[in-house]
Amino acid sequence: MQASSKTPNDVSYLEYQGKHKGLWKWILSTDHKRIGLLYLYSMMTLFLVGVTLGLAMKFELIAPGKTIMEAKDYNAVFTVHGVIMIFMIVIPGLPAVFGNFMLPIMIGAKDVAFPKLNLLSWWVYIAGAILVISSVLFGDGSPDTGWTFYAPYSFKTGSNMLPAIFGAFVLGFSSILTGLNFIVTIHRMRAPGMTWTKMPLFPWTLYGTAWIQLLATPVVGITLVLVALERIFGIGVFDPALGGDPILYQHLFWIYSHPAVYVMILPAMGAISEIIPTFSQKHIFGYKAIVASTLAIAFVGYFVWGHHMFTSGMSGTAQYTFSILTFLVAIPSAIKVFNWISTMYKGSINLQTPFYWAAGFIFVFMIGGLSGLVVGALATNVYLHDTAFVVAHFHFIVFGGVGFSFFGAIHYWFPKMFGRMYDATWANIGWLIFTTGFLALYSPMFYLGMQGMPRRYYDYLEEFHAANILSTLGSWVMTLGLIIILINLFRSAKSGPIAPKDPWKGKTLEWTVPSPPPLENFDQIPEYHEKDGPYEYQ
Amino acid sequence: MSQVIQHDEHYDPEGSKIGMWLFIFSELLLFGGLFIIYSVYRYLNHDAFHMAAGELNLTVGALNTLILLVSSMTIAMSTTALQKKQKGTAILLLEITFILAIIFLINKYFEWGVKFDHGIFPGSEYMKEEMSQGEVLFFGLYFVMTGLHALHIVAGLVIMGFALARVHKGTVHAGRPTLLENAGLYWHLVDLIWIFLFPLFYLIT
Repeated sequence: MQASSKTPNDVSYLEYQGKHKGLWKWILSTDHKRIGLLYLYSMMTLFLVGVTLGLAMKFELIAPGKTIMEAKDYNAVFTVHGVIMIFMIVIPGLPAVFGNFMLPIMIGAKDVAFPKLNLLSWWVYIAGAILVISSVLFGDGSPDTGWTFYAPYSFKTGSNMLPAIFGAFVLGFSSILTGLNFIVTIHRMRAPGMTWTKMPLFPWTLYGTAWIQLLATPVVGITLVLVALERIFGIGVFDPALGGDPILYQHLFWIYSHPAVYVMILPAMGAISEIIPTFSQKHIFGYKAIVASTLAIAFVGYFVWGHHMFTSGMSGTAQYTFSILTFLVAIPSAIKVFNWISTMYKGSINLQTPFYWAAGFIFVFMIGGLSGLVVGALATNVYLHDTAFVVAHFHFIVFGGVGFSFFGAIHYWFPKMFGRMYDATWANIGWLIFTTGFLALYSPMFYLGMQGMPRRYYDYLEEFHAANILSTLGSWVMTLGLIIILINLFRSAKSGPIAPKDPWKGKTLEWTVPSPPPLENFDQIPEYHEKDGPYEYQ
Repeated sequence: MSQVIQHDEHYDPEGSKIGMWLFIFSELLLFGGLFIIYSVYRYLNHDAFHMAAGELNLTVGALNTLILLVSSMTIAMSTTALQKKQKGTAILLLEITFILAIIFLINKYFEWGVKFDHGIFPGSEYMKEEMSQGEVLFFGLYFVMTGLHALHIVAGLVIMGFALARVHKGTVHAGRPTLLENAGLYWHLVDLIWIFLFPLFYLIT
């Protein structure tokens, strides 16, 4: 029974009854918190599809030769796995879920700058996802080019490429709109007194990310459109038979897709930079260095795309330049790692699940980052190009980096989002099993790559058998961990103990509002004074 | 009993304008990719691009340039008129802009039509047999870039249509002109891109 005198802020955003009923009150809601959850649920669904495809691949590789699928099916599976995981999960991941939910609260605003545009972004995202999935369900054969859609194969293959390419384009559009919304929100809607240097670090990384989304995505957008036009009309720009240059496609593709790696990893670093000071109960070490390194990564990240193409044909000068620039990007990333470690030093560390995830993040991120230098160096790159080593490297960075941060973030902000606590024991068990499985799954691939096992084949030589079995077993253990984590979270969201306002004694603004927050977040817009800051611990 | 509470609509004209500028940046990069491709292929196929550019109708191109320049002026005048509270003039100028945009599209339609009649379109037999690879690339890019630009004209028409309806209704007025201003900004972008396309395809020979 609703009393007529209720104001929007008497009830939580979960209970608030707007104009619409039932499902509509979610999918037509312009509340940033509900949109964040919409993204969370849609991504979780798609993520499970991607995981299933990944498991199928690992199962195929449990023994040499055909195990469960033909070469053609294997090509389709790694393509759809890549497209789903990259374009629908890790690129939008943290910004769309936690950015939407937390950004306005963390900067002391009632919503994002353009709430309707925000809802539109989600709908565009869903449209893109449906397009991509439809390429599998209808037409003559699933896409089989790999998620990179390399020319000329992407317009020569008989498989159902068009929906996948347009889907990726549409997903990019959603990403641009979210980025635009966040930039305006951060510029215009910070609470009074929250200067740029008092803004928490997660919003800072979202800001850097948003600029990449805005400025890099259109380039891949037009490139994908050109591939589609090449398929439909044969315009010739990437078709060597008509005078076009397929290498140019690779350049344009990576001009976006390398910065996209920073779209994935920056917000992940941002979430880690929130979790570590909270569970160390200590001011973040080197706030300004973290901000500067965020912006440096966003900036230098635009100029390293060539390192994906060392073996594609490029002048020596270009190769040296791209290699040196790639090494430069490692510096700001390393600065962040030092800052996180220094934050823990002499802190009063509270060993909770989010902290375990953050620690796991630092571990896998360092392995991923250092192996990135191995493939970023020219001599070793030629040797390791297109081997399982590369697959291991980017799964450590992309899945290890973004995945660990995502799970850390969801445990960290879970009490705020759902108003209930999760079961810590099961969450920790889930973390342990997941991490064990993760390391067993991807570590052998470093070895396999160095032994010369190429990526993207459904078959391999007998000498690679043992390490592949370990990797497949790892994939099962990791999935078990994942299931434990998800069941625990679902159960806790329904029936966990009621969460207090500030279960972790955090100092950022989201811990000053009730859990779950009311519709407009704040009864009164908070103000930052001279001595206030986001990480003022005693 | 449940009562729908209308919470204050957040209105921030400065924010909306920043948003529009950001969108324009991303549009510029969308075309930026095409400009890169154009410059690479122009460098590699200099003579062919020279020959192919001769095929384009300079008069129609120049006419369309003039049309867009004038339309940019009229939409700017419309914004000023609205700020000076001359609603009628603002509507009239916006309608003129609207009509100029349609004339641009009609010209484009006939221009493309003539090319099609000559057998110049992507994938045609004529292009495969009679033209060098450089010329095929030139026309491939010509159709893609002017086609994408024409799509932006259509998008501009839609935005102007919204602005027109809202000015009529009175929800866009001197105190709240952001929608019209943003329509103007977008229209200038469409104009600006054409200002680059025109010399690249018609003038540089």
